[in-house]
Amino acid sequence: MSPSSPSSPAPLHLAVALDGTGWHPASWREQVARPRDLFTAGYWADLVTEAERGLLDFVTIEDGLGPQSSRLLDPDDRTDQVRGRLDAVLIASRVAPLTRHIGLVPTTVATHTEPFHISKAIATLDYVSTGRAGLRVQITARQNEAAHFGRRTLPRIESYDHTDPATRALITDLFDEAADYVEAVRRLWDSWEDDAEIRDAATGRFVDRDKLHHIDFEGRRFSVRGPSITPRPPQGQPLVAALAHATVPYRLVARAADVGFVTPHDTDRARAIVQEIRAEQEAAGRGADPLHVFADLLVFLDDDPAEARARRARLDDLAGEPHSGDARIFAGSPAELADLLQEFQTAGLSGFRLRPAVAGHDLPAISRGLVPELQRRGAFRTAYEADTLRGLLGLTRPANRYAA
Amino acid sequence: MSKPLKQIHLAAHFPGVNNTTVWSDPRAGSHIEFSSFTHFARTAERAKFDFLFLAEGLRLREQGGTIYDLDVVGRPDTFTVLAALAAVTERLGLTGTINSTFNEPYEVARQFASLDHLSDGRAAWNVVTSWDAFTGENFRRGGFLPQEDRYSRAREFLTTAHELFDSWQGDEILADRATGAFLRDAKAGSFVHTGKHFDIHGRFNVPRSPQGRPVIFQAGDSEEGREFAAAEADAIFSRHAQREQGQAFYADVKSRLAKYGRRADQLLILPAATFVLGDTEDEARDTAREVRRQQVSGATALKHLEFVWNRDLSAYDPEGPLPEIDPDVDAEHISRGRAQVRMYRDPLATAREWRELAEANKWSIRDLVIETGNRQNFVGTPETVARTIDEYVQADAADGFILVPHITPGGLDEFADKVVPLLQERGVFRADYEGTTLRDHLGLTHPDEARESRAAS
Ligand SMILES: Cc1cc2nc3c(=O)[nH]c(=O)nc-3n(C[C@H](O)[C@H](O)[C@H](O)COP(=O)(O)O)c2cc1C
Repeated sequence: MSPSSPSSPAPLHLAVALDGTGWHPASWREQVARPRDLFTAGYWADLVTEAERGLLDFVTIEDGLGPQSSRLLDPDDRTDQVRGRLDAVLIASRVAPLTRHIGLVPTTVATHTEPFHISKAIATLDYVSTGRAGLRVQITARQNEAAHFGRRTLPRIESYDHTDPATRALITDLFDEAADYVEAVRRLWDSWEDDAEIRDAATGRFVDRDKLHHIDFEGRRFSVRGPSITPRPPQGQPLVAALAHATVPYRLVARAADVGFVTPHDTDRARAIVQEIRAEQEAAGRGADPLHVFADLLVFLDDDPAEARARRARLDDLAGEPHSGDARIFAGSPAELADLLQEFQTAGLSGFRLRPAVAGHDLPAISRGLVPELQRRGAFRTAYEADTLRGLLGLTRPANRYAA
Repeated sequence: MSKPLKQIHLAAHFPGVNNTTVWSDPRAGSHIEFSSFTHFARTAERAKFDFLFLAEGLRLREQGGTIYDLDVVGRPDTFTVLAALAAVTERLGLTGTINSTFNEPYEVARQFASLDHLSDGRAAWNVVTSWDAFTGENFRRGGFLPQEDRYSRAREFLTTAHELFDSWQGDEILADRATGAFLRDAKAGSFVHTGKHFDIHGRFNVPRSPQGRPVIFQAGDSEEGREFAAAEADAIFSRHAQREQGQAFYADVKSRLAKYGRRADQLLILPAATFVLGDTEDEARDTAREVRRQQVSGATALKHLEFVWNRDLSAYDPEGPLPEIDPDVDAEHISRGRAQVRMYRDPLATAREWRELAEANKWSIRDLVIETGNRQNFVGTPETVARTIDEYVQADAADGFILVPHITPGGLDEFADKVVPLLQERGVFRADYEGTTLRDHLGLTHPDEARESRAAS
């Protein structure tokens, strides 16, 4: 019997990655797509509510500090794809009061923003959502995005995984900076002990200042004094996630994240990636800490698998070229996808982040097709079992590093 | 014929970090939990207020090297709270204070444009310029500015943000399924800005928002601050809520508009104002006195005196006379992260004046701080408060008020239920929202209309 025996599968975790009208560049041309609504609150509320209907663990919301591009490192001048997007933290915050259980994980770019601002924004998202906030940290080596800030110039590189020493040094530097960024953000979340607010009428003190801490973060590129201006958020430490494709980013995941998103194309590769991340985790002295590794998959889902494949072909035709990206592309039925997820799971993955090819079609196919299929197999929750995102992922509320 | 009545603008400031908030009151709730913000915002919207206002602070205040612990400490993030409030309100404007020294234009412009989209046109930005090195220690680039450069950066920051907002005209998104054209213009969002503080170029990635640009507020009081407001702002958040002071400030600022080619009605003056209501005048006065004593404990009074004396005064009795010793004008200031410190530009003169006042009135330290500090602006029955507010506005002491209740979050409820109906009866405050955007509520033109009318003339 295979290890993915349907009689005793471990429950898996599911997230969806929200980006515009979907992850296929021609998705906006589908009849179900709502390209004219992309900049309205109602559009995002509908998507996140649909994901919550499917009892998913969380949604991520893509973001960037420049227009989307069909090229990895340069802008393009295309007019045939969706361009423009709203700030992901604000989208997450806007939908938080309209949802009750699902985690909200916006993307933030560490390369050009301030850890102090992001720390209080995500802490506040955690208050606004009563314990459902996370952040997905990302770097950017794009020169055009650096030019939007004008504070630093980045040398031109050909790709993120180029092996020449200069490229490697730049990428390593940006990821080291991101690791510092996460460390500063995490310290700021802990800079208030949970019971710092005392409202002691007898002495007239609102806070016990011994329970507020300077974080005195000193990194190679920046320092932050602290404490935060926002009290410790409900989860103590909101979720930190990162997408990783190679050793340097695996190291960031291993050192700094609660969830890593990876992009294996088969089970063997998935197993190798998980092993590499676990080894980095040991090396970083975090071997005992829970760390989820999720695989990303871009999905076309239809009850009739032939229809899913035809849809993929139709969208590729509209786009003028077959779409390929970092993640494996799946086109088929919910049952076939459930088979694949359970097979992948044997490689040591604890969940999946699905990228709907067409948000208006494939997201409901996940929540109304895939999820019931997994539930039938006993592999997915049938009700939300916890109030917080950490709780859904089986992560405890961490002790405060500064508490005596 | 008499002049038509001016319509009053009303807004609500969520009470936070300062000693206005009486946190020890049994009715006081959380100033962090979102349910408090929801309650407060819904009250303001029920009362048809123009907007809700959030202040900002980027470092916990310290005094004598330790964190100031006598007032409310801590607050949530401005943008995040406002975006969430957009989900629980429909018309209320959402105004946030965001500093121009510790931010970058591309990021802030994205956040305000996003907030304007996500609220269907209700966003406003109070541009403040706190510049000090103390606050700068919380920022990775440690950036802070000499005092004299803060408005130069603020102006260029705002100009740059406007260039970004204007980099989309509003008609670029075709989303034409048949032809496959999403954008009309491959260059949508292109910008180039070259200046003293910012040298940036590229493509702004948020399409034009419902209001075109957020409404701009200014809240500085210096000469540079007033010029900045006259040139750039749609509204001023001032501290001059008294009748004569308000009239002087109003006249001063409005007289500065002409040289920027602007009309007097293009800049609204909205002072921060506190209030205490009672069933009778006496009851309101008693309550106001009691609130003042809660706001200024003995310990608080000593700390406030330290703003001016710039010395440790903990050995003094707050119920006793003022210190004989003079303020220390040489040492680094012992109170940090407070805008008030800059209000006392000549500490020796202030100390002299206060000693004379205290002696003449036989005031203790605490009495002095209670009497000279922010007193409640509107104290009385709902009838007298409604009448006074109306009179101030008709007499050009203000165009309206930003109310700061002393209780979180229920401190606005009584005003909404008792005073607003009286203002409506007087015909000086809206019975319902007439438009949907904050610009509509404030009677401000949409920047696109302004642009079109300039182009047509
Ligand atoms: C009513 C009022 C409210 C203010 N609110 C804030 C605030 O929330 N955050 C802040 O940093 N400064 C605040 N300030 C201080 C100043 O606006 C700010 O530091 C200013 O830009 C300094 O300019 P000035 O020297 O012209 O007064 C406020 C000032 C006033 C009068």
